[in-house]
Amino acid sequence: MPIRVKVLYFGQARDAAGTGAEEFSLPSTSSVGALVNVSTKAHQLLQGMSASMRIAVNEEIAREGDRLSDGDVVAFLPPVAGG
Amino acid sequence: MGEPGAGAVVLFLGTVRDNSEAGSVDRIEYEAYEPMAEKRLERVEEDVFRRWPETRVVKIVHRLGGLAVGEVSVAVAVSSPHRAEAFEACRHVIETIKHDVPIWKRERLADGRELWVEGTPAAPWKDKKDRPIHTHGTSKNHALRN
Repeated sequence: MPIRVKVLYFGQARDAAGTGAEEFSLPSTSSVGALVNVSTKAHQLLQGMSASMRIAVNEEIAREGDRLSDGDVVAFLPPVAGG
Repeated sequence: MGEPGAGAVVLFLGTVRDNSEAGSVDRIEYEAYEPMAEKRLERVEEDVFRRWPETRVVKIVHRLGGLAVGEVSVAVAVSSPHRAEAFEACRHVIETIKHDVPIWKRERLADGRELWVEGTPAAPWKDKKDRPIHTHGTSKNHALRN
């Protein structure tokens, strides 16, 4: 069974993706890294940013190898600059 | 903020400056990943009470949306029995907000350009033994406001 994940883009990543939110369907047991590959393939401009980007899954910073589950919310977070 | 046991209240206000490395700034647009930013602000507060257990009150407000030069973008207030820990804790909070809370800003420059401000990659929140830090969901002393 494939899983569906919601992907959010913020800041520069939203500009690069051309959207703030979208959904991807992935094979079950897909990793965070696999999702990033799918997304950057769909949005070429995101590729140059990936080194400084952090990925959050359900509002916690995730690692490339973490497994995704159906319904997860994945966020692309460029370097933060509050204040 | 005032409490009988507090001998010091330190207030930090961050304001929109009219210039940056990129040039003359007209205004700044702030945006946040709000649910995650709320969680992290909560952790910042909990962290203050862990590091400076005598702290009486911590309050944090960060504004979102478009702000003009001179407007206040962030306010941090800390009250403690003595000034040293109030200054330290307040400094800690504002530095953490700048580096670890998912908030971004885009400068609108006087020459019409719009530039995202280069920030810091947000780190996972871990304790000294590399365990993830979780919040208790009790603190309501922070706010993100338009």
